[in-house]
Parts: sequence; structure tokens; C-alpha cells
Amino acid sequence: MTAQMKWFWYASPQTFFPLAGVLARWCGAAAAVLCAVGLYIGLFVAPTDAQQGDAYRIIFIHVPAAWMSMFLYVLMAFWAAAGLAFNTRLSHMMASALAPTGALFTFIALWTGSFWGKPTWGTWWVWDARLTSELILLFLYFGFMALQAAIDDPRRADKAGALLALVGVVNVPIIYFSVVWGYTMNKGASVSLTKAPSMAATMLAGMLIMTFGFWFYGIAAVLLRARCIMLEREHASDWAGRYAKGIA
Amino acid sequence: MNWGSWQNFLAMGGYAVYVWGSYVVTFVLIVAELLVLARRKRNAVELIR
Repeated sequence: MTAQMKWFWYASPQTFFPLAGVLARWCGAAAAVLCAVGLYIGLFVAPTDAQQGDAYRIIFIHVPAAWMSMFLYVLMAFWAAAGLAFNTRLSHMMASALAPTGALFTFIALWTGSFWGKPTWGTWWVWDARLTSELILLFLYFGFMALQAAIDDPRRADKAGALLALVGVVNVPIIYFSVVWGYTMNKGASVSLTKAPSMAATMLAGMLIMTFGFWFYGIAAVLLRARCIMLEREHASDWAGRYAKGIA
Repeated sequence: MNWGSWQNFLAMGGYAVYVWGSYVVTFVLIVAELLVLARRKRNAVELIR
């Protein structure tokens, strides 16, 4: 079997379904371990920040969630593009499976950002480039889900959703670069990673471990949802019937 | 360890509302997503049977 054929072999829901189940289990376990370690470092090992006190500890969920919100959108747009280009069922299913988890992380990023902004900047919300474009990202996820839910024919729903996902991807670099501008604007309020070397190391370690934990959680949740979508869409197929009987 | 007591830990240096308001909502949402996924899977299997 050539590499290309192997790729398309896994592009069939029937063969991907059991693989997704195994991957979801391992990723879920990795997420649990990483988040436990990350939270321990973030809440118990990392010292209080000199400028922000303990309010900065929101960083350990805020930054990983914000990264995930953008990363999952790019992945969704990638699968949408692959679905349009190759007309593979599984690609569209993956795009659909990514949207709710992406929306979840976007909401968490906005919520925790608001709860961090209040004590550090004195306001829950400002209409600056970063916050506004992240809010638009949430509406793009909701729009994708609403559009797909509104169209009865799955193939047309897939195509319409894929187009929306692709058009919306221009928003991601806007968020990303507004973060860079945002940090220069709010230099005084951001966490200083250069203050004391030992402090920077534990803060950074906690944040990175939480990021990997959120990654593995995101992959696990998306794969579990992809499995649901595969079962729902292929409910009349032999393999789905065998699976449903097998776990009775 | 830099808290001394559980009271200090829960107080989060006076930022308890903000820190726990972030952590608890995140935790609840993630648990909710997993419950929704488990129910969706059950319903899909029911539908096939």
C-alpha cells in the first residue's frame, strides 16, 4: 500500500472510527495528567506575581484557552478546505466536530480574560482590537454551527459551513497580531517574565504544561464528537450496526 | 508551596472572586462538554439499534 493510499484508507469513517476511539482515550488520559501537573505548578509552586498579586494565576487557563481557540479554528478551516478540495466525508465531519470545542475554548478565553481584566485594568471589557476580534471568533464558531444546523441536506450543509470557515480564517491573524500589539500597549499590566529567573521558569512551565493539557483535551473531545457524527451520519451502514450491537 | 494555610490559598491574596470565577467556570464547562458528548454517543447508538 502506498503512502497516499494509506492516507485515503484512514479517510473512510469505517476505518477511522476505532482509531479515533483509541486516540481519544490516550489523549484524554494525557490531558488529565498534564492538567493535574500544570494546575499543581500554577496554583501551588509558582510564586505570587510582584505586580499583579495572585490575580495573574488566571494566566494558566486564559493563555492556553486563547491559543486553543485560534488553533482549533485554523484546524477547522484546514479540514473544511480539504473537504471542499477532495470531497471526502470525513474531512467535513472533522470540521463539524471541531466547532463546538473551538467555541468552548473561545468562550473560556473571553470569560477568563474578563475576570483578569477587571482586577488588573479596572474593566471587564474594552472594545479594543484583541477583544473584539476574539469575540468575532466566537460568533464565527456559532455561525458555522448554526449554518450547518439550518441546512437539512448534510452535503450542502458541509459545503456552506466549509465556505464560512474558510472566509472566517482571515480573523485569526488579526487576533494573533492584535495580541502582539496588545501586549506592547499594556506592558505595565502584563506578566513580567524577566523579573526573577526562578519565578519566570515556574510560571512558564505551568503555562506550557497547561497548554499541552488543553491540546490533548481538545483532541480527545473533538475525536469523541467526530465518532458521534460518524455514527449519526452512517447510522444505516453495516459497520455502524455492528458497532451498536457490539457494545450492547 | 507558598500559601501557609488553606484559607490563604482560597483567598488568593484578595483575588478569590476573579481567580476562582475563572477556574470554576472553565471546569464546569469542560465537564458539561464531556457529559453532552457521552449523551450524544448514547443517543446515536440508540438510534442505530
